[in-house]
Amino acid sequence: MTKQELEKVAANGLINRRHLLGLGLAGMGTAASTSLLGADAGLNLEIPGWSKQPGANASGYGSRSRFTDDMQRMSGNPNPLYPGGGASRSPLHQLQGSITPNSLHFERHHAGIPDIDPAQHKLVIHGLVRQPLVFNYEDLLRYPMVSKIYFLECSGNSGSLFGPNPADGSAQSLHGLVSGAEWTGIPLSTLLDEAGVDPEARWINAVGADAASMGRSIPLNRAMDDVMLALFQNGEPVRPGQGYPMRLFVPGCEGNISVKWLTQIKLTREPTHFRDETSKYTDTRLDRKSQQFTFPMGTKSVITAPSGQMKLERQGIYQVTGIAWSGRGSIRQVEVSADGGRTWADAMIDSHQSEKALARFRIPWQWSGGDAVLQSRATDSQGNVQPTRTSLVTEKGNISTYHFHGIQSWAVNTAGDVANVYA
Amino acid sequence: MFTLKKLLTASAVSASLSIGLSAAVQAQSLGTPINESQLQGFDLIAQPNGSGYPQGSGTAMQGKAIFERRCVACHGMTGEGTSANTRLVGGDMQSEERPIRTVGSYWPHASTLFDYVQRAMPADAPKSLTSDEVYQVIAYVLHLNGIIEDSLVLNKETLMQVEMPNKDGFIDSSQAL
Repeated sequence: MTKQELEKVAANGLINRRHLLGLGLAGMGTAASTSLLGADAGLNLEIPGWSKQPGANASGYGSRSRFTDDMQRMSGNPNPLYPGGGASRSPLHQLQGSITPNSLHFERHHAGIPDIDPAQHKLVIHGLVRQPLVFNYEDLLRYPMVSKIYFLECSGNSGSLFGPNPADGSAQSLHGLVSGAEWTGIPLSTLLDEAGVDPEARWINAVGADAASMGRSIPLNRAMDDVMLALFQNGEPVRPGQGYPMRLFVPGCEGNISVKWLTQIKLTREPTHFRDETSKYTDTRLDRKSQQFTFPMGTKSVITAPSGQMKLERQGIYQVTGIAWSGRGSIRQVEVSADGGRTWADAMIDSHQSEKALARFRIPWQWSGGDAVLQSRATDSQGNVQPTRTSLVTEKGNISTYHFHGIQSWAVNTAGDVANVYA
Repeated sequence: MFTLKKLLTASAVSASLSIGLSAAVQAQSLGTPINESQLQGFDLIAQPNGSGYPQGSGTAMQGKAIFERRCVACHGMTGEGTSANTRLVGGDMQSEERPIRTVGSYWPHASTLFDYVQRAMPADAPKSLTSDEVYQVIAYVLHLNGIIEDSLVLNKETLMQVEMPNKDGFIDSSQAL
């Protein structure tokens, strides 16, 4: 077999993404090429025990392999005096593709997860409408629905990167407040039209049925656009941690406005200025003015492998992979650098791209045992380019730590240790 | 679904099918009419313009006892907090390098204090305070910040008139793309 020539497309080992398309990688890495030279005498394959006896029966509800039990969300409650506050972060470094399993989708709660009986749950639409209405769950299931794949990201995701020093973290601990899913529900406009929107209405005020009765104000023009009342996530009823029996879903926007356990929509002339749109989720600028209702999440990407706290055990070819997303469109391009942003190469993006959804990117990279700094840079369909951390922090300051979407840098040292750095 | 099946068999061309579907969509009206008066115990939304406030009143002097009984575990004896997130007093948006943002230094509307306490506080027993107690305890928090006198009777009228120090500190970005 002739050793294939690897086409280097950027400095420090990045290889043309075309090599992902059937050109094959056998024979290209140091470890792989040695395996072609001679068989390992210790490898005598035998039929394993599980091939010699019947396996488990089919079950009513599936579970994962016990060998993947270490795949867990990272959860913690920052204040034991504030029951139910806190978040759980998706294990981005262990996941592939662009859909997050419901059991590993990130969560953020402000007063815990209520245990709601759908038969007792009500959704009220009132205020500046022709006829206030109350809906029950069974009836809502009869409405025409749509299914869309969207990302959901907490406004506070990656917030520690505003800090003066890089935290020793993983893709999960630093960036795990983003996930992707297929959401099925009723266009909110269908229900607002049924109630009859008063021409004077400008905002909807959405309130959840959790213990905090968390509320957010959303402009009516946005609510009539692509917002949905989501009832299903990845085909199954929305789970309690995601708002069972129903949640608002506002595509591309900070997760907090997709109010979970939705029970009230009040149409008004003015926003309510809820606590979570004044005290929290607002962006104080360097001039000390604070931006309010900053909804769309920025154009962003993060390499999920190799990533922080991993260790490269040997030299050779690695598949650099990650996710990219934009609150303003679809992902058009993801570039990857292995030399801290001096040279860049285009990564392969999976073709089934949709608006405001996670895009999986991949590019082969040959690690030759030297220092490297891996970065990714996304560009969306509107031409928005992910900024460097330095330019983002210079522009926004760090009084507020919401809406971080700067470039993540993972340093690889000669021992193969991967760490979060500012580069 | 019965209507839909009839339409499918009746129409041979897709054009008439799509017209039939949209007609079926418009016919879907399953909401039950309700009156605003039936929502009085349900709708907790209180806005800066004065809408949504219940009857009741209270002073900071009355609120001190409630605060010391129900709030200090997280917010401290005088609102100094047990963490940056639970601090209620102090801070200066202009003079500090990294301003401490509290009810006093940051929140633009006193209505938010009423709305939030009524719906979400105390964290271990939300909605357990009476309307009078909410007026009393928020009067105390405003007084701790030096925004109102401890004798001011806070009610739906006087609350609307409370001016917060950072009332001009916010920019509405809701229509930014």
